Amino acid sequence: MKRAVTTFVLAAMVGLGAAVGASVASAQTLNTVKTRGILNCGSNGTLAGFGLPDAQGNWTGLDADFCRALAAAIFDDPNKVKFVPLTAKDRFTALQSGDVDVLSRNTTWTASRDSSLGLNFGAVTYYDGQGFMVRKALKLNSALELNDAAICVQQGTTTELNLADYFRANKMKLKTVTFASANEALRAYDTGRCDAYTTDASALYAERMRLAKSDDHIVLPEIISKEPLGPAVRQGDDQWFDIVRWTHYAMLTAEELSITKANVDEQLKSTFPDVKRLLGTEGNYGEQFGLTKDWAYRIIKHVGNYAEVFEKNVGQGSPMKIDRGANALWTTKGGLQYAPPIR
Amino acid sequence: MERKSASGKPQVSLLYDRKVRSIAIQTLLCVVILFLVYAAATNAVDNLARAKIASGFGFWNNIAGFDISQTLIEYSSSASTYGQAFWVGLWNTLLVGAIGIVGATVIGFIVGIARLSRNLLVRRAASGYVEIVRNIPLLLQLLFWYNAVLKALPEMSNSLVVVGAYLNNRGLFLPKPAFGDGIGQVLIALAVGIAAAIAWRWFANRRQAATGKRPPVLLVTLVLVFGPAILAFMIMNVQVHFDLPQSGRFNIRGGLEVLPEFAALTFGLVIYTAAFIAEAVRAGISSVSRGQTEAALALGLRPRFILRLVVVPQAMRVIIPPLTNQYLNLVKNSTLAVAIGYPDLVQVFTGTVLNLTGQAVEVVAITMAVYLTISLTTSLLMNWYNARIALVER
Repeated sequence: MKRAVTTFVLAAMVGLGAAVGASVASAQTLNTVKTRGILNCGSNGTLAGFGLPDAQGNWTGLDADFCRALAAAIFDDPNKVKFVPLTAKDRFTALQSGDVDVLSRNTTWTASRDSSLGLNFGAVTYYDGQGFMVRKALKLNSALELNDAAICVQQGTTTELNLADYFRANKMKLKTVTFASANEALRAYDTGRCDAYTTDASALYAERMRLAKSDDHIVLPEIISKEPLGPAVRQGDDQWFDIVRWTHYAMLTAEELSITKANVDEQLKSTFPDVKRLLGTEGNYGEQFGLTKDWAYRIIKHVGNYAEVFEKNVGQGSPMKIDRGANALWTTKGGLQYAPPIR
Repeated sequence: MERKSASGKPQVSLLYDRKVRSIAIQTLLCVVILFLVYAAATNAVDNLARAKIASGFGFWNNIAGFDISQTLIEYSSSASTYGQAFWVGLWNTLLVGAIGIVGATVIGFIVGIARLSRNLLVRRAASGYVEIVRNIPLLLQLLFWYNAVLKALPEMSNSLVVVGAYLNNRGLFLPKPAFGDGIGQVLIALAVGIAAAIAWRWFANRRQAATGKRPPVLLVTLVLVFGPAILAFMIMNVQVHFDLPQSGRFNIRGGLEVLPEFAALTFGLVIYTAAFIAEAVRAGISSVSRGQTEAALALGLRPRFILRLVVVPQAMRVIIPPLTNQYLNLVKNSTLAVAIGYPDLVQVFTGTVLNLTGQAVEVVAITMAVYLTISLTTSLLMNWYNARIALVER
């Protein structure tokens, strides 16, 4: 009876667009994923550099590659990922309901999301901050000159809240025009509905490239918020939470030790203890996570280290050419990316 | 074997008594349904708690923190709660619904009658409109109107300015009249005038029925409605002050603001729904037999009176039920506002509030209850009207 009732509730909830009953199955996410044979990854779908399918339908971007790394660690095959494109306002429901195993969709880690949404943020894969894009013709030098401006923004984002805060704190008047998706908000900005478009700075560079005359627009220097972006999982499954977080750390550690996609096979012969522990030639750290000994080797072999993924998607190897900045390693460049030791 | 009771009816076992049986079955069904609802609710609460997702309606009084572009009631991102954001969204929905219903009815009736016009050009134009509009998905039409409106309007710096009103791609900004002391008395005078006009009309109908002569109605109505109000306005010496829109660096401030999102949504809904109403009107008028018109002509009624006094009242009985459907559709379709950035209830509440609180079950349930209430109220009013105009069988 209990089972039948659960099924009924699930059906009812799905009807409501909120299948929150799926938590029963969530305690064993790793097993579920292994049994299914594919990882369900919630990602953006419209944001260059983070999650965007290319002309052939292959997903590209930092967030997409994170899911590939996760799949590589589990299946030794980075292609065993089913990408689910999600809008900002639907993303948490999709994760809560079990539609996706991990939400890797330029999502800001905040206290309320961590507590009341029943989520856990595994790691910060990209340290971002919110900025503004305006037309050059307006001749603005600072966001503080935006008093009275109309601003296009995507709803259901921290951006929407920061915007109201920033204008209030600086005693400026604001006219927000809110849209369900970034595409619609950007299009409205482009047609002249708004004076400025606001979102995370990394996304501003990516979105600017999509405008008809990208050179007519500039990004203002102010960064008005902290936007630590990272993958989120459901609460209550510590094993899965650890796997997600350490997937990111493995990629950071590989960068720290200069292990790349190209030289990882060679590094298997290394006698350096840190390298041996990472690649699984010494110890069995991977097995303790429920994975295999060579989990990190798989990640690096198939996807690469953090620097490789970063440069390919948003850095010098991409049209966006974003500097590492805060996303540099702490150990070598004094950035914020820092992995706890593997031992 | 049958036993006879005192009243002479055959005595049957309770098990086979039709009345007892149907009551028992219905009671059982009710119990089962109630149990299922209860089990579903408790299960949902359990599961939410296990997934550590907040539940309950505590979020209602939390500070919202986000801005809304159109607010009919007082709202500020810093001080207002999610509950107030809900009311802002609801009023925005009701505004579109009310204006949309009036507009669609007026255009729908005109087009519906035009489809039966004897003039070929008018008839064809009306059919063309109905066929085109009915056969294109509403969402596409809304996107078209929104983008067409935005593209066609001038930029902020080249706003069209007509007697203090500004028009540009940020919206239409009109001078907003503000009245000084005494406006209350003027409104009372207006109300009295309208009541008097209705009374005069009733009297005129009675008079016509009794004597066959109709006293002048239109002129008297105009005088009765506006006379007392204008008189009161002059006696009280009401000060009128216009809040003029001011051009700022980026935007226009002050005045009465009509957002392009609102204009596109209302216009799109009116155009779309009017096509369906036109068909209902055409069907209604066609259902009145030709003999009625001919009889009216034979009595010597003028053509405009034939339509108003003979055809339309009979057609209404056929028109009202599908018209009710279209009103309900219009209100429900207004949720497509999400696509073009108009802050209606769905956009504000099941969009932003749901996302910020993460409480999908509560937020969606509240929203569904609201739409159900709006739809049932509309339906109830229309049914009442339908019952009033229905053919009274003697």
